[in-house]
Amino acid sequence: MDIFAQQVLNGLVLGSVYALVALGYTMVYGILGLINFAHGEVVMIGAMIALAVVSALLSVFPEMSPFLMIALAGTAAILVCMSLAFFIERLAYRPLRNAPRLAPLITAIGISILLQNIAMIIWGRKYKTVPQIFPTETFELFGANITSVQIFIITVSALLMAGLLVIVHFTKLGRAMRATSESQRVAGLMGINVNKIISVTFMIGAGLAAVAGILIAGNYSVAHYSMGFMLGLKAFTAAVLGGIGNLGGAVLGGLLLGLIESIGAGYIGDLTGGFLGSHYQDVFAFVVLIVVLVFRPTGIMGERVSERA
Amino acid sequence: MKYFMQDLWRRFTGNRRALFFGYVLLFVALALLPFLLSNTVGRTWVRILDFALIYAMLALGLNIVVGFAGLLDLGYIAFYAVGAYTWALLASPQFDLHLPFWAILPIGAGMAALFGVLLGAPTLRLRGDYLAIVTLGFGEIIRIFLNNLDHPVNVTNGPIGINKIDPISIGGADLTKTHELLGIVFSGVHIYYYVLLILLFLTIVICVRLEKSRIGRAWLAIREDELAAQAMGINTRNVKLLAFALGAMFGGVAGGLFASLQGFVSPESFGLLESIMVLCMVVLGGMGHVYGVLLGALLLTVLPEILRSTASPIQRTLFGEVYIDPEALRMLLFGLALILVMLVRPTGLWPAPKRRTVIDQDIVED
Amino acid sequence: MILKRSLAIVVAAMVVAGCGAESETSDGKQIINIGHVGPLTGPISHLGKDNERGAGLAVDEANELDLVIDGIPIQFRLLSEDDEANPQKATVVAQKLVDSNIVGVVGHLNSGTTIPASTIYFNSGIPQVSPSATAITYTHQDYQTAHRVMANDEQQGKVLGDYAVKTLGAMGIAIIDDRSAYGKGLADEFESAIKDAGGKILTREFTDITKTDFTAILTKIKGLNPDLIFYGGMDSQAGPMMKQIKNLGLTSLFLAGDGVQTTQFMVLAGAEGEGAYASSPGLPLDQMAGGKEFREKFKQIYREDIQLYAPYAYDATFVMINAMMRANSTDPAIYLPFLRNTDFPGVTGRIRFDERGDLRGGSISLYQVVEGKWQYVETIGGAD
Repeated sequence: MDIFAQQVLNGLVLGSVYALVALGYTMVYGILGLINFAHGEVVMIGAMIALAVVSALLSVFPEMSPFLMIALAGTAAILVCMSLAFFIERLAYRPLRNAPRLAPLITAIGISILLQNIAMIIWGRKYKTVPQIFPTETFELFGANITSVQIFIITVSALLMAGLLVIVHFTKLGRAMRATSESQRVAGLMGINVNKIISVTFMIGAGLAAVAGILIAGNYSVAHYSMGFMLGLKAFTAAVLGGIGNLGGAVLGGLLLGLIESIGAGYIGDLTGGFLGSHYQDVFAFVVLIVVLVFRPTGIMGERVSERA
Repeated sequence: MKYFMQDLWRRFTGNRRALFFGYVLLFVALALLPFLLSNTVGRTWVRILDFALIYAMLALGLNIVVGFAGLLDLGYIAFYAVGAYTWALLASPQFDLHLPFWAILPIGAGMAALFGVLLGAPTLRLRGDYLAIVTLGFGEIIRIFLNNLDHPVNVTNGPIGINKIDPISIGGADLTKTHELLGIVFSGVHIYYYVLLILLFLTIVICVRLEKSRIGRAWLAIREDELAAQAMGINTRNVKLLAFALGAMFGGVAGGLFASLQGFVSPESFGLLESIMVLCMVVLGGMGHVYGVLLGALLLTVLPEILRSTASPIQRTLFGEVYIDPEALRMLLFGLALILVMLVRPTGLWPAPKRRTVIDQDIVED
Repeated sequence: MILKRSLAIVVAAMVVAGCGAESETSDGKQIINIGHVGPLTGPISHLGKDNERGAGLAVDEANELDLVIDGIPIQFRLLSEDDEANPQKATVVAQKLVDSNIVGVVGHLNSGTTIPASTIYFNSGIPQVSPSATAITYTHQDYQTAHRVMANDEQQGKVLGDYAVKTLGAMGIAIIDDRSAYGKGLADEFESAIKDAGGKILTREFTDITKTDFTAILTKIKGLNPDLIFYGGMDSQAGPMMKQIKNLGLTSLFLAGDGVQTTQFMVLAGAEGEGAYASSPGLPLDQMAGGKEFREKFKQIYREDIQLYAPYAYDATFVMINAMMRANSTDPAIYLPFLRNTDFPGVTGRIRFDERGDLRGGSISLYQVVEGKWQYVETIGGAD
């Protein structure tokens, strides 16, 4: 087995999930200029809902085809997350659209705490195990081991990201979204229902988050009420790395962050002669972020904003 | 009602004799508070109050960065950690150093200020949310280093933490032990209360004076419009760095006091959630307003403790059983409170009177 | 104004919250308070609750004996507090217990909370017996008040290291820990035991308790091809880790400490958990002197099974009461020396303390997952 190829592959799997979650951050940020801190928790809710549906189906119809089962669970999770996002935006962000910039940040933190604790009360504190409804098969690719679940993750993420890019760049809805992010006032004057576009943006992001949650739970076979928080932060880091507000940047940032973490943890010890070890994995990621931002203050693909923003 | 209160307040503050009398009353009340608490609900509450005062100091420090200068810092707890570890390393059996507190306090403050500049320098060009994520990363980096600096050379003991940190001692008298003065018995937590109260008072005075000074006005100018501030001849680089350094300094002092009061530090006290908690104190209380921030800090440290001692008994008397774990309930209410307060009062519970007019014009558009 | 008003409300609320405690029962017995601290809320609250029940059971049983100390009939009362597994909260509740005139404390559960709290108990002269804190530091601070009834990390790490090299025949070893006080402490002791036993450490890798992805470090480990992977950490990480080990095609043996020897590990690791080894301090419950009876009694009273450390909390409480009986005093200053000289037949085994307050001759048992169940392998140590 080729160790380097395996590390690159590990990074790509991790990175494609980061990218999927980062898209949600970046879309909301692009349109509202708001860090949606609760986005990570939406990922968690998606995973939990899918897990609950699969467990229920397994106990009632143990003979059901796994494809149908995952389709049902996925649909349920996506619907729940979308309506959740709709209500979050409606109740916690919309009333604060003209408030000082930090007010919606604090409500976002509040929502995040609220969702985590509600999930904890409903699903308990223990790590929950995810039943393996698909048999895990391992393949060899360029000398690296890859499981069927990992192939699934990379494929689904790539398809969704491509789909999103198509929506944003080639549909009427996408044009309305881009117009709204340029200027809400002007977009409104052009006959765009700004509130509706913002709601839709939140819901699309939440749908992606739900899928990300299912993919993660499926890959690691565990789900936990706190699983969304760190993931959300990492994804947010990825979005900033790529240039927040920029969809391509989020994908690039996500993949890059996954690769940095994986290769950092794998080689940092050898590179520094054993002085730094894999416990500095996260430091490595943040240092790269800081260095990138020092030289490109708006991220890798971020547009240069004039000082008078 | 609001205007009535404002009017009353103005009249009260306008009358010098009433004002003086009010201060005397406040002073006596604050001086007697620990005795009142330890005789009614136990000395534990004095310890909780001590922690509340430390958090108040911390929140005031963050207020300089976020409230005055408008720089969103999500890793502020790192400076608290630097202060705490400086104290821990210089006054514990770890390296067998036992410097006196009047030597460590300035060293800790200086170290924290240095780290403040270290964070500030590379991030000068960043604005808004880019700054937020970098400061967050900086906070995590500091915590991860503290957690791992036990190898290859043991500096911090890693996750195990440093124990047996010296308490403040004056003239050889250990302040965690019980002392008698003029026939009154002072226990350790009482003495810490007075020390902290004096330091907090100093912090408040410095903050209020700073806000009204040239530097304070420069911060305000940067917060409202950096480009215009620059055009007015303000050296934005130095003024921003000063905000980082001063804010960090207060964090460092608070951290040192925390270490000596608790007698133990470990990296888990300095996680991201703590940073968020302090930020919530600042924003909830009223960003940029010293007394508002003070209120926010006291509320967010004392209320959870009250809830903790009442949540289970109330559920038990109402339903005969504890349905929702008090920890979960506390966090639920905390989350809910954050949302509701922000929806009802987006500028905080007790915002700065002047800031209001500025914000009304501050439309997010563009 | 607002400040003052809210302060008044706060004070009023605190007066309501605090309630006075009587010092005598209705039938004239003197009440003696024993404290208990563990995380009763938070991620490991089930373990804290378990300890609380163990200590509660001991107190109830002692009260049925109608004990008389120094001519006064005694009734013990357990004051239980929650430290949320948080060091700062631990010092607050330790202070609270000291203020409530306890004569001794059973706790805390985690090393991270036990250590800072021990300073407060020591300063107030309150004897402390921890049922489950295993970090070495706790008893190495020269506090005469600090004791524990469980083998410490050094003892466990040594047994695990010897077992890995001598019994399992592993020479090249990779160590992972979760950077918690527990995981690091155990991994450090394991590492030095491996070196003493002649094994070779190929690498030391690290993760943390928020992670579920270990593929990067496992891939690196795979490149070194070790005979055995040791994990210092808890079941929540070990479960997914085990799956990833198998998915990457690693064939090394897997060994861990008591944090992994749980049913939760089995649930999370599933079929991939097969063959994993883990240790646990003390004997298996069914081999303890009074283990079976204790298990049944516990289940009968609380209608739930023992989670983990309840027998240790039970013993810790009885060791303390036993010392009071021998000293014929409930005064901490008087019975403390008697506590150090304990020789007590507990349900977890014979309990004696060494000069630091550590359990003398603490035994460690090893288990292996066979057909989806933890199977007892053997017990090492126990005699002096």
